[in-house]
Amino acid sequence: MTEAALPRRQPFAMRFPSVMVFLAILALFTVGVTILSEGFGIGVISTSFVKTLGKTLCLCLVALAMDLVWGYCGILSLGHMAFFGLGGYAIGMWLMYARTEIIVLESLAAAPLPPTPEEVTNGIATQIFGVVGASEFPPIWAFAHSLPLQLAAVVIVPGLLALVFGWLAFRSRVTGVYLSILTQAMTLALSLHLFQNDSGLRGNNGLSGLQNLPGLSDVPQSIVSMWFFWGSALALALGYLLCTWVVSGKFGSVIRAIRDDEARVRFLGYPVEAFKLVIFTLTAVIAGIAGALYYPQAGIINPAEIAPIASIYLAVWVAIGGRGRLYGAVIGAAFVSLLSTWFTGGQAPDINLGFYTISWVDWWTVLLGLSFVAVTLFAPKGIGGLVDILIDRKSPNRHGADLGPDQGALREQEADK
Amino acid sequence: MSTLLEVSGVSVSFDGFKAINNLSFQIADAELRAVIGPNGAGKTTFMDIITGKTKPDEGRVMYGDKGESLLKMSASKIAQAGVGRKFQRPTVFEDQSVFDNLMMALKKTRGPLAVLFFKPSQEDVDKVTDLAEQIGLSGALHRKSGELSHGQKQWLEIGMLLAQDPRLLLVDEPAAGMTPAEREHTTDILREAAKTRAVVVVEHDMEFVRRLNCKVTVLHEGSVLAEGSLDHVTKNEQVIEVYLGR
Repeated sequence: MTEAALPRRQPFAMRFPSVMVFLAILALFTVGVTILSEGFGIGVISTSFVKTLGKTLCLCLVALAMDLVWGYCGILSLGHMAFFGLGGYAIGMWLMYARTEIIVLESLAAAPLPPTPEEVTNGIATQIFGVVGASEFPPIWAFAHSLPLQLAAVVIVPGLLALVFGWLAFRSRVTGVYLSILTQAMTLALSLHLFQNDSGLRGNNGLSGLQNLPGLSDVPQSIVSMWFFWGSALALALGYLLCTWVVSGKFGSVIRAIRDDEARVRFLGYPVEAFKLVIFTLTAVIAGIAGALYYPQAGIINPAEIAPIASIYLAVWVAIGGRGRLYGAVIGAAFVSLLSTWFTGGQAPDINLGFYTISWVDWWTVLLGLSFVAVTLFAPKGIGGLVDILIDRKSPNRHGADLGPDQGALREQEADK
Repeated sequence: MSTLLEVSGVSVSFDGFKAINNLSFQIADAELRAVIGPNGAGKTTFMDIITGKTKPDEGRVMYGDKGESLLKMSASKIAQAGVGRKFQRPTVFEDQSVFDNLMMALKKTRGPLAVLFFKPSQEDVDKVTDLAEQIGLSGALHRKSGELSHGQKQWLEIGMLLAQDPRLLLVDEPAAGMTPAEREHTTDILREAAKTRAVVVVEHDMEFVRRLNCKVTVLHEGSVLAEGSLDHVTKNEQVIEVYLGR
């Protein structure tokens, strides 16, 4: 009896040693980057690389969300980058509005008469929407003047979209590959809509200049980049704790059960659809927050960011890192996205074969695709599986049987003893 | 003893094939009942209808004290109302420990938020431990259920059903693939369970049914062929023909 009670009575840190390891590494990394940064340290790491690292942390956060929804709940959503993008748009609207407002007020200050509020609004609208030939604010910009409201939108807009989409999809028992296609359609439709000039979000121009914080133009980017870096690290740490909490208790038990054998969970009396909806919405909110931290570091957001391929990359990161384990998602996202930056940034040396030169800028996607196939076929545990080798954790031999009948179920090789 | 479940005049057909044909069936509280019949007699479809997996073309399925119709309820609602089911193939959550499997099945509020903030009390842990003892898996509490033997998985599934504390327990071929010793233990578990709730056991194996020592319903081509004690039904001409003849 005491044996059964024991694992529940230990403190959080003891029960989840991997969380402590993760947080320690993240803290060390953050301190290290701070010391080496231009803004607060000795200047070994350039500001643009600090931004790359900060963005990578945001990608790790959205990968966590993806792991929760796919690795734990078995819903292969190929649309989570839409929520990421929506978060970015939500914060971008305020950044752009507030900064343009300052510029407009400055230019109107020279006028003989003080400007009316209407003149100011029109001035801002002309500045922002000049590129798409409009000069009035569309209704969706109604709250752009208010930081708290746009911050709320970062959470509410992706959450609401996920709630409505998920409710419709799960209620109709859409699962497996059909659900994946549906989520692809959702992100494609959203990006096509935003590409239109009259979408109200500047069409293919997107929102730009997001790296400049309104009212803080005196603060150099080397400092601002560190603020965002810290913010991203904090968000990742909190996100990791939240996800650990969600997957560790009975809720985690139930969603993993849904992943492996949905029908059985239904016969236990659990409302499967409601669980899926909660996870789908929660992860959409996490993705939105990650996006809101990412795009001010990227400086620009446009509809191409939420093209279907972005969400597929997200799934690839999680698969390569190892799904169904939170640190796997983080490792995958960090590793692949940094490698991708290295290859596509032209830093990787081209390989001259004599008759043909392999230019990594073009061939990187091929390499990524091949590694994805290779991981899926030969190492389903992904990079996270290396940890199992280190701590000598073996997979059960189930004679080729997966852990459940559902498509999202863990494969034999993915499970640990 | 009041009637717990009443199935009357139920028919269902798949692509013209009548899997269940005007079937009527009754079971009281705290009754053990064996349902036997040759392959294709409609035993599994019968369970599918009660648990909400299959909707019948006609007929009524009334359950509980108030005589609620199960036909309008979803599978998870029916389960919450106290109908538990054990499938033919053992279906436990293999990636999770025996403890987690039992804890998941334990009768509690099933809503997502209640589950998210759920903390097992000592009482819950004790219940799970007791159940594990009852099904002979005390020593395996923290092992992944995927590692268990076939018979142990069957027990675990029965344990999960008991944890749900259902009023009506539907058990599909519990003894399939078990060793004789395991079968004996299984009969004990089922007989014990039937003291406090209704238990319906679908089984092929006559020896196993004999050991259950209860009323038997014989299904054939989707309807009830005979009902009574095992000795009574085995003397029935039609039953002999269905089982042995042709």
